[in-house]
Amino acid sequence: MTGSAIEQGLGDPTSVILLHVRMPRVLLAFFVGGSLAMVGVALQALLRNPLADPFVIGISSGAALGAAIALLFGLGISVGSLSALPVCAFAGALLSLMIMYRISSAQYGFSVYTLLLAGVVLNAIFSAFIMFLTSIADPNRAFGMYAWLMGTLTGPDWPTLGILVLYLGAGLVLLGMHAQALNLLTLGEETARSLGVEVERVKKMVFLAAALLTGAVVSFSGIIGFVGLIIPHAVRLVVSADHRLLLPVAGLVGGMFLMLADTVARTALSPSEFPVGVITALVGGPIFLWLLTTRQTQLGMK
Amino acid sequence: MVIDDPPNTVGDEVIQMLNDHMSSNVAYSLDHVSFSYLRGKRAESEEVLKELSCLILSGRVLGILGPNGSGKSTLLKLLARVLRPQTGTIELLGESLSGLSQLDVAKRVALVPQETLQVFPFTIAEMVLMGRSPHHQGWGGWHWEDAQDWAVAQKSMEELDVAHLGHRLVTEVSGGERQRAVIARALVQEPKILLLDEPTAFLDLHHQLDIARIIKRLNRERRLTVVLVSHDLNLASQYCDQVLMLNHGRLVAFGTPQTVIKPEVIEEVYGCTVLVDRHPQSGLPRVSLPV
Repeated sequence: MTGSAIEQGLGDPTSVILLHVRMPRVLLAFFVGGSLAMVGVALQALLRNPLADPFVIGISSGAALGAAIALLFGLGISVGSLSALPVCAFAGALLSLMIMYRISSAQYGFSVYTLLLAGVVLNAIFSAFIMFLTSIADPNRAFGMYAWLMGTLTGPDWPTLGILVLYLGAGLVLLGMHAQALNLLTLGEETARSLGVEVERVKKMVFLAAALLTGAVVSFSGIIGFVGLIIPHAVRLVVSADHRLLLPVAGLVGGMFLMLADTVARTALSPSEFPVGVITALVGGPIFLWLLTTRQTQLGMK
Repeated sequence: MVIDDPPNTVGDEVIQMLNDHMSSNVAYSLDHVSFSYLRGKRAESEEVLKELSCLILSGRVLGILGPNGSGKSTLLKLLARVLRPQTGTIELLGESLSGLSQLDVAKRVALVPQETLQVFPFTIAEMVLMGRSPHHQGWGGWHWEDAQDWAVAQKSMEELDVAHLGHRLVTEVSGGERQRAVIARALVQEPKILLLDEPTAFLDLHHQLDIARIIKRLNRERRLTVVLVSHDLNLASQYCDQVLMLNHGRLVAFGTPQTVIKPEVIEEVYGCTVLVDRHPQSGLPRVSLPV
């Protein structure tokens, strides 16, 4: 990419690196972080559970399985079928969200525990499929898969970013439209209905938006966990729990957080770098555990 | 008033009188309403409500009584159209409930659930303002509250004595304060009918009296029709104009507290003998457990 740009005489190497390597990567980090934070906000409101996160409840793994199928069977390699990758990831995310939807709609026995356990099991099942696929795949491709699964933001170009923005835009409009409905849903589905919310329609639209965003994000950057957990929590504490504010602010903060995390991942051990998913998991995992142990009463777990 | 085969027969002339004033005096008209909870397409169990027919009058306080599992809360949810009956029809203020949009119902009817849990740090004022949502259309109700919305919310919060709690979090106030705030949210909807599911269930004696008096006051001053579900026979006797007794999903008795809260009705429905005498202040039935 950079080589061809230089050959085309687009300028000196520094500006080429800035414009075609650094800029797309920084923007990708921003979009990915922002989207994950907003999906986290939406899932938490729908499931009335501040521990919900696309990674924790297995949506990211579903998307990753879809993306892995596309990658390993070469669907995402050729330029002609460039869009196969996000579509497969979207399908995977949608599948796991539909399972979650069934679980969250069950009339009895739905609790914080059920949700988290279901997420763990979904993660395990999808990971097993992914491991199976990588083990039968060509070793070169399999190695790339592992790096990608850890969550990475390397190597986007401008056209790829453009496609990502299309998916994210559609998802964001869907989510933004339902910000007030999400506020009312935090009061419980029956109360939301009594306040005029068409609950089933809203749930389907928000789940669809979550699948679009997660699918697009995972197909470009693999599994980056916990951003959707820590950012909404922090923004609620500092700014507001009102989704009309929370959604956009969490999006901005999530984007900036992942830009920062990626800068650390790229420069801390320079010249080598490590996956940004390592940082988000090391920061987010302990916060998740802390929430789980300190907020039990509030979560209705006691 | 019971229409078919009522245990407490109301005279034909009363029904005739009601029919004459149908449009102005009837909040709800239920005609052979049956409901069962579904799992997929199949009924999960036997019907929770069976062939229920009755008229609920405007401007009154109606208490729905009955043992656990008799269908009290289910009936309330049908009235709020949180649930829909499988058979039978419900009319709300002369219009078919099934023909109204969820938003139209929300402008006429407010529901106060048994318990309001909130895991997110919303303030009391934010939660009360959510009650304005039905009055804003378009884009899934995406709207910022204007000065008028704030004025309505402020008035309701003052009326329920929670204005000073506006900035506190829903999660950190007491049960009684939260219940008053939830009623304030319901009033902010500017409904014609207020539905309450066991409004005093989790409250101590002081707060029970507090909520009961507030309900009576709202009924008088705002001319609100109130339908409340209660386990507390004495509270219903003192504060309801009419009571409706359910047992196994069927309407067993309907009328004034004097006609319904009687030892024989209670024994039939609850399966235990009780003492019923007169309340020293009001003269209304008072239920005591035997020694």
